[in-house]
Amino acid sequence: MSRIGIDVGGTNTDAVLVEGGKVLAAVKSPTTADVSDGVRQALADLLAAAGPIPAAGRIEAVMIGTTHFTNAVIERRSLDRVAALRIGLPANAGLPPFIGWPEDLAPVARGRVHMVQGGHEYDGRRLVPLDRKAVRDEARRIADSGLRSVAITSCFSPLTDECEREAADIILEEVPKARITLSSAIGRIGLLERENAALLNAALQSLARRTTEAFVAALRDSGIAAPLFMTQNDGTIVQSAVAEREPVYCFASGPTNSMRGAAFLSGIERALVVDVGGTTSDVGAIERGFPRQANAAVEIGGVRTLFRMPDLTSIGLGGGTEITDGGRRIGPGSVGFRLPQKALIFGGDTLTATDIAVAAGRLDLGDRVRLAGLSPALVAASLERMEHMITEAVDRMRTDATPLPLLAVGGGSFLVPDRMEGISDVVRVEHHAVANAVGAAIAQVSGEVDRIFTGIDREAALEAARSEAARRALDAGAEEAGLQTLEVEDIPIAYLPGNARRVRVRVIGEIRSAGVAVPA
Amino acid sequence: MRSLPRLLETDELDFLATGAWILGTGGGGSPYASHLGVRRFYDEGGRITLIDPDELAEDDLVAVVSTMGAPLVFQERMTDAAFAVKPVRAMEDYLGRSFRAVMTVEVGGCNAFQPLLVAAASGLPVVDADAMGRAYPEAQMQSFSIAGLKMYPHAVSDVRDNDVIIARASGWHEMERVRRKVCTEFGSVATTCQAPRTGAEIKRFAVLRTLSQAISLGKEVHRARGAHEDPVEATIRAASGKRLFAGKVIDVQRQTTEGFLRGTLQLDGMEGDAGARFDVAFQNEFTIAWRDGAVTATTPDLICVLDSISGEAIGTESLRFGQRVTVVALPSPAIHRSPEGLAHVGPRAFGYDVDFRSVFEATQGGRA
Repeated sequence: MSRIGIDVGGTNTDAVLVEGGKVLAAVKSPTTADVSDGVRQALADLLAAAGPIPAAGRIEAVMIGTTHFTNAVIERRSLDRVAALRIGLPANAGLPPFIGWPEDLAPVARGRVHMVQGGHEYDGRRLVPLDRKAVRDEARRIADSGLRSVAITSCFSPLTDECEREAADIILEEVPKARITLSSAIGRIGLLERENAALLNAALQSLARRTTEAFVAALRDSGIAAPLFMTQNDGTIVQSAVAEREPVYCFASGPTNSMRGAAFLSGIERALVVDVGGTTSDVGAIERGFPRQANAAVEIGGVRTLFRMPDLTSIGLGGGTEITDGGRRIGPGSVGFRLPQKALIFGGDTLTATDIAVAAGRLDLGDRVRLAGLSPALVAASLERMEHMITEAVDRMRTDATPLPLLAVGGGSFLVPDRMEGISDVVRVEHHAVANAVGAAIAQVSGEVDRIFTGIDREAALEAARSEAARRALDAGAEEAGLQTLEVEDIPIAYLPGNARRVRVRVIGEIRSAGVAVPA
Repeated sequence: MRSLPRLLETDELDFLATGAWILGTGGGGSPYASHLGVRRFYDEGGRITLIDPDELAEDDLVAVVSTMGAPLVFQERMTDAAFAVKPVRAMEDYLGRSFRAVMTVEVGGCNAFQPLLVAAASGLPVVDADAMGRAYPEAQMQSFSIAGLKMYPHAVSDVRDNDVIIARASGWHEMERVRRKVCTEFGSVATTCQAPRTGAEIKRFAVLRTLSQAISLGKEVHRARGAHEDPVEATIRAASGKRLFAGKVIDVQRQTTEGFLRGTLQLDGMEGDAGARFDVAFQNEFTIAWRDGAVTATTPDLICVLDSISGEAIGTESLRFGQRVTVVALPSPAIHRSPEGLAHVGPRAFGYDVDFRSVFEATQGGRA
């Protein structure tokens, strides 16, 4: 059985066909304004490149990773207006939903804001009883307002989602067509950051639905009957019907898929990864083949969030980066996707990082005669500066002094030097330019729990977290046999009484082949 | 020499957030949420008055306020204006007297904004002073304790309709134990209005003009960032500090014991410090530093760890391997360098059997 992995980036849509751990075909095509056209084109090119070997019917699954939802937030477009319901008065009244949002984004996404009594304490006690009448009154006002995207956030809901679920039931009674995001399903401890993630998720509901429907149509038009999965920030996948409810989980799937693909193509499961694109480079770390998770707040389009995101460092250096000031200034400008017109080696007028690499003999591309005017000193100096930028970014992502291999992928990875301090080996792999699509194709299904347990011992807490994570993985479409625990992390919380500990567990498994509903 | 009351400007709130976080010396809690709350008050047209301690009459009564509790709980239950003012109202009821102004216990970290939140809810002016000049982990480390003032009555409030007045306590440690119990019962977060202070006591025993110091420190860092200058250098210049070491974090050890975050940070020298090693120990805040094994700085000198590029202060909870940091020392308030002060906050108060020798001794006298 084969799988197709597709990465819809800002510039290119990459697609690969993977079977039995081998890349059978790989193609790149430009991303289109309507992203599904690009997918349709990529699928046509891929099936043509693969020849008659995989009948479209033998394709087991199609996995798509897309930056489309992130871009919508960054560009402030195609967003729904959201009804925000906060549960937790009398606490936090002075910090209502959307506080701290950029001035050009809040008005686009803010439909209604309402706060009611309720919520919990860190130990699971009720803060105050949920004001069900206030929830119902607000639900009626939402119904009258015409808003349908709703985000509900309750104090300490990662501990118990009881209040959020109760409120959601009431809203559905009054607004049967509401699409409700519960913050407890998205984020972690940290009320404002979790609520922000839930608000973004609610704002993306219509776009996510339209986008997944367009992807499903693109598959159908290409004669592929396989189910569609979307890749997520943690390197795993969910059925598209689930993904369209939780688009924020797709935010960082691009860099995540690159890291996963690099690990898979190299067979190395613990390493640092650098993905050098046209304008920027992303550096991350993989542990047991999965990206290390960020533990700090991550800003998306100026909104502070805290949920499942990879730990990344980005620098403004890529193949299209402009070199100025006699080689002393690297970027931050980049010719980006116009490299084939702008770079000196292609007859353009802009000195780019790619020109320097060609001049230094790193790469054979274009017409190097056009570089005859570059002084060797300038080439050497700018190359050294670029290597220094990469070396610094890579070094920052290390968590201890143990030397690790570095996997270099992406179209601009020729800028990565072969030797670096603290790096045991710089590894370059075949198909590195489509590592992201490969990462999508090989992704598995997961379930995660991140919760504070009190009043029970460590073993009981770990076991409770593990079985809840397994249940979530099964709900997400995993095969029960072969489920494995990928990550267990528990931190005693000394500030809190009652043997409190925060436990985070992640369980992964292969896609359940039978019984996976093909979204209509 | 009396200066006039003045309104804090919107920009100054951002500067205060940056400056207070630096003066937190690794602890004190992030000012993020409290800053947002005050910003919102300003966005809606509210304004807050800052007064110089000299403007207080000798018998003016001032509320000394803070948020206390577990940092993890602060992430879900934040302090807003209504919560911050609650113990102040409870204390006024108890005393049968109104406050003339409000001030913070510690300028380092989130509590720099506590009196501003109270001001937003009450209209009281904020006194340009605090009782630490920084952040410290224990209540008896404040200047009023060092001066031997009484620590009661003390109001502790829950966000719900629960207020506790601790009418008397036999000592600062006893007070600390009782109020921690109350705080735990309230869900490990509470706002306080500590023993009221008179204008005379503040002028004599508080650490004066620390809010404006934090604001000018933050302003200089923002200016340097905007001008693409070195913000670490700007911090040192603005606070008359001293660069101790520049390096890379190669190890962080942390443990939480007795409700404190204790640990050590180990740095490998870079640039001018290449080849040298630097260690810093912390108990919520940074307390002592060694260069190549020899003690080089101790509390009460302020030891701050800054990101070498952005100049942003790094909290003891967010240190991690690979960060490029510059350690700087800032001068301590004079009261901390007195014999009584050193008994409360000198290296021995944190379990290090060494004498305090300020890194500024040879050059200058520190802050007044």
